Amino acid sequence: MSGPAGRRPLSPHLKRLEAESIAICREVAAEFANPVFLYSIGKDSGVMLHVALKAFFPARPPFPFLHVASGWDFADLLRHRDATVARHGLRLIVHTNPEGAARGIDPLDSGSQLHSRVMLTEALKQALDAGGYDAAFGGGRRDEEKSRAKERVFSFRSAGHAWDPRNQRPELWNLWNTRVRKGETVRVFPLSNWTELDVWEYTRAERIPVVPLYLAKPRPTVVRDGLLIVRDDDRLPLAPGERPVVKSVRFRSLGCWPLTAAVESEARTLDAVVAEVRASRRSERAGRLVDADETASMERKKREGYF
Amino acid sequence: MDDGKSTLIGRLLHDCRHVPDDQLAQLSRDSRRHGTTGDDLDLALLLDGLEAEREQGITIDVAYRFFATPRRAFIVADTPGHEQYTRNMATGASTADAAVLLVDARKGLLTQTRRHAYVCSLLRIRHVVLVVNKIDLVEWSAARFDAIVADFLGFAGKLGFESVQAVPVCARHGDNVAARSRRTPWYRGPTLLELLETLEVEHALSARPFRFPVQYVNRPDASFRGYAGTVATGRIRRGDPVIVAVSGRASTVARIVTADGDLDEAAAGDAITLVLADELDVARGDLLVSPRHRPEVADQFAAHVIWMGGEPLLPGRSYWMRIGTRSVPASVTTLKYQVDVDTLQYSPARSLALNGVAFCNLATGAPVAFDAYADDRATGAFVLIDRYTNATVGAGMIAFALRRATNVHRQEHAVTRVARARLNGHGSGIVWFTGLSGSGKSTIANLVEQKLHARGVRTYLLDGDNVRHGLNRDLGFTDPDRVENVRRVGEVAKLFVDAGVVVLCSFISPFRAERRLVRELVPEGDFVEVFVDAPLEECIRRDPKGLYARAKAGAIPNFTGIDSPYEVPERPEIRIDTTATGEAEAADAVLRLLEARGFAG
Repeated sequence: MSGPAGRRPLSPHLKRLEAESIAICREVAAEFANPVFLYSIGKDSGVMLHVALKAFFPARPPFPFLHVASGWDFADLLRHRDATVARHGLRLIVHTNPEGAARGIDPLDSGSQLHSRVMLTEALKQALDAGGYDAAFGGGRRDEEKSRAKERVFSFRSAGHAWDPRNQRPELWNLWNTRVRKGETVRVFPLSNWTELDVWEYTRAERIPVVPLYLAKPRPTVVRDGLLIVRDDDRLPLAPGERPVVKSVRFRSLGCWPLTAAVESEARTLDAVVAEVRASRRSERAGRLVDADETASMERKKREGYF
Repeated sequence: MDDGKSTLIGRLLHDCRHVPDDQLAQLSRDSRRHGTTGDDLDLALLLDGLEAEREQGITIDVAYRFFATPRRAFIVADTPGHEQYTRNMATGASTADAAVLLVDARKGLLTQTRRHAYVCSLLRIRHVVLVVNKIDLVEWSAARFDAIVADFLGFAGKLGFESVQAVPVCARHGDNVAARSRRTPWYRGPTLLELLETLEVEHALSARPFRFPVQYVNRPDASFRGYAGTVATGRIRRGDPVIVAVSGRASTVARIVTADGDLDEAAAGDAITLVLADELDVARGDLLVSPRHRPEVADQFAAHVIWMGGEPLLPGRSYWMRIGTRSVPASVTTLKYQVDVDTLQYSPARSLALNGVAFCNLATGAPVAFDAYADDRATGAFVLIDRYTNATVGAGMIAFALRRATNVHRQEHAVTRVARARLNGHGSGIVWFTGLSGSGKSTIANLVEQKLHARGVRTYLLDGDNVRHGLNRDLGFTDPDRVENVRRVGEVAKLFVDAGVVVLCSFISPFRAERRLVRELVPEGDFVEVFVDAPLEECIRRDPKGLYARAKAGAIPNFTGIDSPYEVPERPEIRIDTTATGEAEAADAVLRLLEARGFAG
């Protein structure tokens, strides 16, 4: 397959992953009445979007794109979102939990757990209910975290969005079971079998634009709970006498900015990022404060309806 | 269980440098605290977050793990060997290129080794690697290794694997996993990792005949109509002829569309969109194939079925079959035999429980296109889905079409059902009375029939007890027999409907699935479900035939309401509350409904 000039040909491994993800996207469009694409704007979302664009070419993806905004999204992320949506002519829905916002829930004073439950998990459920969606695409990968290793490609949720690990359907071959009753939904993970390195190698090979935060650059940082936090705006109070220190940092994973730690890095290009990920000796989600809150936190959040 | 599976997987991840430092630091702390390996790292603990879940009973499940070497990327489908073993093994094996079977050198082959090898062969995994682990605990003995390998080859010989290779390893210390061991100088073969890196897995899929299950019809506007899907096997070039397997309609490939530009040729595994030269009626579920090598098309075939449902498989019950991108109603017509996965012995069976394997005949609601699973995994595999819970309850591998399906063709009737209705002056249909024994079904059905007869309507009453004296006298009251009882009655009732008769059926018919099966035999609107609702206590009090008393005394097993369930209809056309409605009144209510349906003249 020869792509436009400048693109690297895909390795057989990436080509296989791409074909599998395309098939999953098409399956959803064929079998569900009202699917939605959860667009979190990160690197995985970027790959998933790229694959979805390929799956339905020459048509546009036949579903809307939903961004759950917590109010503490990196400014770069929102700029990237708007540029991407405009470039591909996507239908974007942005939802913020109005009650949470009214109650002034934030990641600093309310704590990361309450913030992420109200502004992400609850907000997501509100948006899914409001749209009446029966399937939602998510960018989750099985290699991300222990509790995801057993996740299905088509992950069944009972009415009320609950994930019951005991009540999942065996998935054999590529014969996915897409049947749901009214009120039941599925979360669909087209990137289930991708690793972090696959995502970066594919991003590089296909020249997918990424949020600049993934690339290293001098940024103002402070240390919180031993982690490097980039001060994206002045809502994060400084201790008396504290001054942000400018360091060359980048992100491996993007969440709400006060809850996502940066890593010191000199990787300013995709080539350098790929090299860094390849050599990396740290877990991808080690920079997520939300995950560290308690053990088995991902599994608990998933049961509540988090992605 | 303690063959060292977790340790081996942990060792592979560790030696391929897929364990990040933060996890390694954690592992080193955990090893000292909980480990069983002294001062060494206990690699099994790497997967241990899952152990806790296992105790809660939730990882009776397949976990997927990833690692890569410069030569190849791997996905490990980690299938717990104990509970739910067959279901997990089959799930993991369905997408695997190779199976690694682990044996403890001290114990040799166990029943579960044979069981796992059998399931792998059933799912047609081509390559098996036998890992003889804990070789350190048998003094690195070549003789012990050779004996185990010989034992396995003797067993695996009849399972039809393409290659079987064996490696002596010590997963705990890494001997012969990623690095050659100096302690097994008698072993000159490759390490486990080298073996996995060099197994021939690019099967000759592209060399097989062209098969393309249409997954999605892409039709953004009137100017473009493309059939999106993934090439299952074979190759396709622009200009090649194709046919739609079931209908036999033919066309040629005008374009092979991808987002990266049109292709001249695509092969197995490519996700593409085909544009055909002719306007054909092609939909999701159709299989586009090469005209020179066509698949089988049949509505009856024989297959191995692995059961994964909590409720047993019952012959005659209707399930959704997902085959390729197609979904059709299907049922098992005959359970030919069950296979004991531990001994490979065959035994007769009337139903199939969770984790059971059987060879069956199946019938589908419409003809489907397929290849034998042995030839083509993609077009010979299916799953069965419960039509009520939507759970995936079975996995199947087709062996061959039944000739009787290909040779029995339907005869067209010259006198049609419409013509009969005109002659009779009324329509026909099924009036299905369901309810507990003693609820009053038969009494009400009799009254309805008398009233219809008085109006000149042609009727017939099929009654549970009467049918069991003749047509169904070979059937008892077990669940499989109840399903078959209702299936036969449904087929008979359907003939009556075709003959223009209003057929009243009075059967306990305790299962929703079978009532729905009968409902779906006739066009929508021709089936009227009458739920004769009487509380169990009331039926027991009435006990007109003295059956409840005998059932309670244990003289009648599987009696509905006593030790066999009754599934209440969810949406009957009419529900009769016998505690509030007399029999005559109930019959009148049914009659009004039949008038509205055009059955009552």
